Amino acid sequence: MICQECGQETATVHITKIVNGRKSELHLCRRCAQAHDELDFSFEPQFSLHNLLGSLLGESMRGSREALRRSKVQCPSCALTFAQFSQIGRLGCSGCFQAFDEQLTPLLRRIHGSSRHTGKVPRRSQGAIRFARELEKLREDLKLAVQKEEFEKAAELRDRIKAMEKEMKEGEQR
Amino acid sequence: MKEKQLVFSKWIEGNGPEAETVISSRVRIARNIREIPFPYLASDAQTRRVQEKVAKAAASQKDAFRQFSFKPMENLGALEKELLVEKHLISPYLARESQHGALLLRRDEAVSIMINEEDHLRIQVILPGLQLEEALQEAERYDDLMEAELDYAFDESYGYLTCCPTNVGTGLRASVMLHLPALIMTGQANRLFGALSQVGLAVRGLYGEGTEIIGNLVQISNQITLGQSEEEIVRNLLGVTRQVIEQEQAARQALLNENRARIADRAWRSLGQLKYAQLMSSQEAMQLLSDVRLGYDLGLLKGVDRKLLNKMLVVISPACLQILAGKELGPEERDMERPERLKKLMEQYKESV
Repeated sequence: MICQECGQETATVHITKIVNGRKSELHLCRRCAQAHDELDFSFEPQFSLHNLLGSLLGESMRGSREALRRSKVQCPSCALTFAQFSQIGRLGCSGCFQAFDEQLTPLLRRIHGSSRHTGKVPRRSQGAIRFARELEKLREDLKLAVQKEEFEKAAELRDRIKAMEKEMKEGEQR
Repeated sequence: MKEKQLVFSKWIEGNGPEAETVISSRVRIARNIREIPFPYLASDAQTRRVQEKVAKAAASQKDAFRQFSFKPMENLGALEKELLVEKHLISPYLARESQHGALLLRRDEAVSIMINEEDHLRIQVILPGLQLEEALQEAERYDDLMEAELDYAFDESYGYLTCCPTNVGTGLRASVMLHLPALIMTGQANRLFGALSQVGLAVRGLYGEGTEIIGNLVQISNQITLGQSEEEIVRNLLGVTRQVIEQEQAARQALLNENRARIADRAWRSLGQLKYAQLMSSQEAMQLLSDVRLGYDLGLLKGVDRKLLNKMLVVISPACLQILAGKELGPEERDMERPERLKKLMEQYKESV
């Protein structure tokens, strides 16, 4: 379709106007559309992403007693309150993730469709995370062994746990 | 500053794969240092400490960072900073509003590490053409180097912790800058953009968030950063980009078959305007450059190449014009300076061929 104004360029802007029940159509190219006074082509967003996030959080539980309690939750490291977070849509520090954990999980699920990271892990904590998981498993095994009265196995597990705990302490001091 | 150094960046070379449709591929990853509040909430002393820590991390790995220069924002002039924005090396926020913001820039300008942007660290890689996987690899390499010296804020279940919940997880934003004249001209673009948003991708103009599409340049990027691995995110975007390229190429072929003379005429006329006009707004220049680029890509026009067209895209922007002119210019003066600079670039190119 060719622009109705200049008759040269391809029309890429299509306007349908209905005034008092009478319909009129206009097909313009980009340049002519921009020159048209009655068309306002500023598509500047009226709200920022952060405001949007804030309202996403606030809206779901506005007015309830629970909402009031939650809004007062404060991050112990940076002192940001949940109410402030809801307003600005940005977290204050890495500590906020723990402080607001209860509310963040559903929010993240809403944004990303998931609340669990499956990507890259920092090399440094890679070791630490694996270590912690292993230790946790040994402790469970120990509990089980005691329940089953397998004392020989339990003693062996206890020694391994002690050794790992010692290693962890030394690591921290380093 | 010499023009050559000024209008230079890795992506401007215009020589990557699929360069007919893809101007550049970009990957950026957001990282924060544990125990220090995010920049907008951090004190003056804390943001300064972040700057020092990152500078030290780079300085202590001399071999890996030999090609980098460290540029604190407070040491740069306003125009210098804006030029970095125009070349997509830093964000407007870092240039204008950051507290102790700084940049680590690799000499080839393919890698830029922003310090004290919305997050403590934003590692960015821009390459010409469709090179998302390569860009990711390069970004991860610098991420690993930084991690060796810095204690990152990381949570086992949330992943990398970021200031904005929309970046949590991988902290990864991958994007491609596409030139889609045929899809836009034939009115297919809007449908495509709608479909992209349904698969979790965002569509934006040349200068990112909240900017309109000018010169048929469209940026597509991932929205989701949590629950998918870095490789998955990049592979998804790559797959979609390949489809968009295919559609754009099909639309171009259709235009060529039906309107060959009209497209050629428009390309040559636009080149004529770029050569002989005396006054030109940046929006007009971008549209003309798009026409010429399409003509060149379809083999209808000679006398230019992609590198020249990319250079022209940068040289028309306000800060670049003012630096070249050596003085501040108002909007009208810039409209006069713009065609002058374009003419010079084209003359230089002619001499070099």
